[in-house]
Amino acid sequence: MNLKPTRLRMCGNWVLDRFPLAQVWNEHMAHYYAPKNFNFWYFFGSLALLVLVNQFVTGILLTMNYKPDAKLAFDSVEYIMRDVNWGWLVRYMHSTGASAFFIVIYLHMFRGLLYGSFKQPRELIWIFGMLLFVALMAEAFMGYLLPWGQMSYWGAQVIISLFSAIPVIGDDLALWIRGDYVISDATLNRFFAFHVIAVPLVLVLLVFMHIVALHEVGSNNPDGVDIKKSKDPWGHPVDGIPFHPYYTVKDVVGVAVFLLFFATVIFYMPEMGGYFLEHANFIPADPMKTPEHIAPVWYFTPFYSILRAIPDKFAGVIGMGGSIVVLFLLPWLDRGKVKSIRYRGGIYKKALMLFVISFIALGYLGTQPVTPLATNMARIFTAIYFGFFLLMPIYTRWEKLKPVPSHITMQPTLEERIPELKAVFDEVTLVTEGENAKRGFNPTGAKNVLVRTAKNLKKSLD
Amino acid sequence: MKKLLSLLLFSLSLNVFASGGAELQSADIDLTDKVSLQRGAKHFVTYCLGCHSAKQIRYLRIANDLGLDEKHVLKDIAPEGAGIYEQLHSAMNKHDAEKWFGTQPPDLSLIARSRGADWLYSYLKGFYADKNRPFGVNNAIFEDVSMPNPLWQLQGEQQPIYEMDGERRVLEKLVSSSAGTQSPEEFDKTVNDLVNFLVYVGEPVQLERQQMGKYVIFYLLIFLVIAYLLKKEYWKDVH
Repeated sequence: MNLKPTRLRMCGNWVLDRFPLAQVWNEHMAHYYAPKNFNFWYFFGSLALLVLVNQFVTGILLTMNYKPDAKLAFDSVEYIMRDVNWGWLVRYMHSTGASAFFIVIYLHMFRGLLYGSFKQPRELIWIFGMLLFVALMAEAFMGYLLPWGQMSYWGAQVIISLFSAIPVIGDDLALWIRGDYVISDATLNRFFAFHVIAVPLVLVLLVFMHIVALHEVGSNNPDGVDIKKSKDPWGHPVDGIPFHPYYTVKDVVGVAVFLLFFATVIFYMPEMGGYFLEHANFIPADPMKTPEHIAPVWYFTPFYSILRAIPDKFAGVIGMGGSIVVLFLLPWLDRGKVKSIRYRGGIYKKALMLFVISFIALGYLGTQPVTPLATNMARIFTAIYFGFFLLMPIYTRWEKLKPVPSHITMQPTLEERIPELKAVFDEVTLVTEGENAKRGFNPTGAKNVLVRTAKNLKKSLD
Repeated sequence: MKKLLSLLLFSLSLNVFASGGAELQSADIDLTDKVSLQRGAKHFVTYCLGCHSAKQIRYLRIANDLGLDEKHVLKDIAPEGAGIYEQLHSAMNKHDAEKWFGTQPPDLSLIARSRGADWLYSYLKGFYADKNRPFGVNNAIFEDVSMPNPLWQLQGEQQPIYEMDGERRVLEKLVSSSAGTQSPEEFDKTVNDLVNFLVYVGEPVQLERQQMGKYVIFYLLIFLVIAYLLKKEYWKDVH
């Protein structure tokens, strides 16, 4: 066979002789073996990357018309919303993307808690991930000042004043961060610089390290078994499949579902009832008028709740910082010998459930004005939040573990469960006999299904 | 599903708007009702623009979105001397405003997004006679507001009826004490048109956005089906 190289191929070879493109592609995509039993929870890593790209592209477009100036910022955002072609879409994609980022990241982190993805040998991946989370919070916090609305202004005022609670250097530190005695034009300009250059660079670097560290040790999976232990004669894990094309095509399905939700918010409820874009932020920043109720955006509210729950201001700041620091320590706090929740003892499952409830409750309380009842509730949930982590070295030792299989197990897919779901549907409904047969509700069947579900739920917590 | 989701989220967020004691009446917002928006624009220029600007919107945008001729907007809606590319600026200067009202009247471009339509509707209907206030009126929704009632000629005068709730005196309702030039029904319609217009001004693109959303979601559904079939094809020999 005579294969005459085309000009294009020759150019390609010229590059490949000088740059290991094929090698990088193979190492991280085509020859990167991932466990074949990834489930729903494994979509959020790739989705986080998608949202990051979305924030970059829309962010760059926004900077083209945004003015980082206390006198012009608010109006320039409205100019983007009204006079710039497609500006409203770009701005809503960016503002919705910020909230979507946190939804995706919280679910991604929760996956880690479910399947022990932070455990040996993946501690460093978790640490990089946590650094990413902190950088993301900084990015979101500084970005929120830029529209220069009332909530932007007073939210930043409250959070930066927290630094002044630090003994001795506090006041000077807060002054140094703001560049002024109050939030002002100087603060806006430096936050703009951090938001569009400094923090994004850190984010990109950390994402790179997060992925490199992951690909060094390989992905965990819902069973928490090490797929590298059993390999076929060619040296590939028996339970693994190449990331590309298997997981690239699978992640595209996840992307489609995500975009459906994302587009629904952008086109039909961009304010998300005041959670994604707060109502008070449509009033220009006014240093002379403090809003009655200052609430941060929803993704900070669990931590804000912890801050408010603790009576002393400095202790509150320590508590809020501690609630994030404690997450870094997770790989060393958890003494359980098994990774996946499927084979862990009931005590971890119950503790995790309590943690999730307290995290959501703290998030809700953080959006509400302070009342004595709310404060007491927040204190209880704060105790549970810290209890989950700090008592972990004790309660994870008591765990009654279940035997871990040597190979991964395949769970039925949603499609394979359709007959099962249909059976449940038949059970809770009743077809009346006669000429015009109709489906009606069947109370006894529904009761049976409920009892069975409750029993299964209880059993799954053991 | 979408409706359910938004309903759920809205029920969660009701507290966000809540401020001030009195219960809000609901405005009937319909941005497809161009005639109502046109009336609202006219009312806005007549009754509001004297003191309040709406500097984020231009006359040209109003003409285009409300299906009006540019000349018609300049002749019938805009104040004399305004140009079609201009934003809705108020003629009152800040210094005078500060002197007369003790505060600068806020720009109303985004008032519907910060306050909500129902609040605006109730507020504009909520003025009542109060001799202790500088302009002789107070407001049931926004207590001790420094704004006089710009619609008093249309609405007439309202008197407050109080009720004792323990030690506190609570405003129970407002009753009309002298008729205005409009009947109560006509007045409700005037206020509703005005609020409808303010909701439009808050985000002029919102109708276009919702119409576009249908196509985007339809496309994404098709994309989802194709992506799912592709995934199934690739994965059929993975067991």
